Amino acid sequence: MKRIKTITTRDMAKSSINGGCGECQTSCQSASKTSCSVANQHCEQRKEK
Amino acid sequence: MIHQYKFNNYNIIVDANSASVHSVDEVAYDIIAKVDEVIRRGDRTAAEVLNDEEIRRTVSEEILAAYEVPAEDTYEVMDDLADLVADNLLWSEDLFEAAASDLKIKQSVLKAICLHVAHGCNMDCEYCFAGKGDYSGKSGIMSLEVGKRALDYLVENSGSRRHLEVDFFGGEPLINWDVCKELVRYGRELEKKHNKIFNFTLTTNGVLIDDDVIDFTNREMGNVVLSMDGRRETHDRMRHTKSGDGTYDSIMDNFKALVASRTEPGAERRSSEYYMRGTYTAYNKDFSRDVLAMADMGFKETSIEPVVSDPSVPYALHKEDLPQLFEEYEKLAMEMYDREMRGEGFNFYHYTVDLTGGPCIYKRVSGCGVATEYLAVTPTGDLYPCHQFVGDDDMIVGNIYEGITHPETVGIFSGGNNLYTRNACKDCWVKLYCAGGCAANNYHSNGDINKVYEFGCELQRKRIECALMLAVAKNEKQAGCE
Repeated sequence: MKRIKTITTRDMAKSSINGGCGECQTSCQSASKTSCSVANQHCEQRKEK
Repeated sequence: MIHQYKFNNYNIIVDANSASVHSVDEVAYDIIAKVDEVIRRGDRTAAEVLNDEEIRRTVSEEILAAYEVPAEDTYEVMDDLADLVADNLLWSEDLFEAAASDLKIKQSVLKAICLHVAHGCNMDCEYCFAGKGDYSGKSGIMSLEVGKRALDYLVENSGSRRHLEVDFFGGEPLINWDVCKELVRYGRELEKKHNKIFNFTLTTNGVLIDDDVIDFTNREMGNVVLSMDGRRETHDRMRHTKSGDGTYDSIMDNFKALVASRTEPGAERRSSEYYMRGTYTAYNKDFSRDVLAMADMGFKETSIEPVVSDPSVPYALHKEDLPQLFEEYEKLAMEMYDREMRGEGFNFYHYTVDLTGGPCIYKRVSGCGVATEYLAVTPTGDLYPCHQFVGDDDMIVGNIYEGITHPETVGIFSGGNNLYTRNACKDCWVKLYCAGGCAANNYHSNGDINKVYEFGCELQRKRIECALMLAVAKNEKQAGCE
């Protein structure tokens, strides 16, 4: 594509197939804990690969 | 639904329902805006709009009137957009709403506790959400017995989950440091016995950091959050002792020593993770300077959060402040961009976004885990949905000896706390990068966990715009190097 560049991101639909193991960090978004939106979290399964 | 914005000469498109990100040129940007206008009218799908010859011709003519480009380029862009639609990367349908409550149930095993080892503090910060550390007069120090029972409770209720999190929190946890250390040792015993992995975190104001704290923390804690507000004058204005003296001078050497030891090359540490974490208020709306002050002191991991407070206090942030706060986030992003390009980059927590290794869709729609995956434990062993509810008698859910004694309170969160129980989130472009915000902020500002704290949402959207710009820039820099 000449004028469009798609940045590689995780495929959400595919992630529903093997996802949901729950091993990832709890995401707390309150300001007092240094809020942890899911954006800056890592998938524990992918980290271990 | 898409969101498009321009920042730092990048034209960025975010697809809300797939979390896909595209970087486009000016021509494609304007074509997308025109096509989106038609799609938003709602009577046709994106694929239908992009295949409609009349619309294609109109869009092409409008673009040719504004840009000197070959006509075939405009049609090529629209063909590319149709391909992206077919691949569910643009104007994609929301595939996950129907399954959201099931996804939430799938993640409802306890895996994290916030251990309030001390309801009391050796500082007297103006903005403390915890009532100057003692949570509205309910002061206390957690005994080793209560702490051990809390860890047992966590293991007992964690099902098959291996990774468990324990945050030593307060008040100031270091005033009960010996108990923290004993609890880490006890946790290591539990790990072997039950095949679990504990990740301990310490959040501290730094006053009591000494060699023992540094050595133990760096050996045993997976993350350490160091509370500091940036510039000396910012810090001392809000973070002072009970007699009113600023604490900057008494903590900075401690923080530097801890971080130097933690990040020393070759050192055998459980983790080198840490965060310098500050709060900004109406007194330092130019907070980008505070983050840069941290970075200039050599701290590579930084964070600063907007104060959440009663709107009547003098340091409260208000809606009218948003334009200035947006500008600060942009300034910070630009400075980080410049430093990154010079090879002098540092991390800002809210601009760290893992596009390829981030969480799965379950995590993204199921919210923060308050009251289900996560509980706060007080010094006497009472359980609350999270640390933000501690001290609110209506929100107590049980205790570590009897377990959940108020299932109806847990039910508020387990049955209706996901991305799709918040109407405002359903149509928000940032939803899969945010997961629905903080239930406690919603509750405290609007009396309902599902009525969003709009001020926080505005800042979250701006931060994600900045984060994605930096991610796109990094991506293009890497592509340029290959």
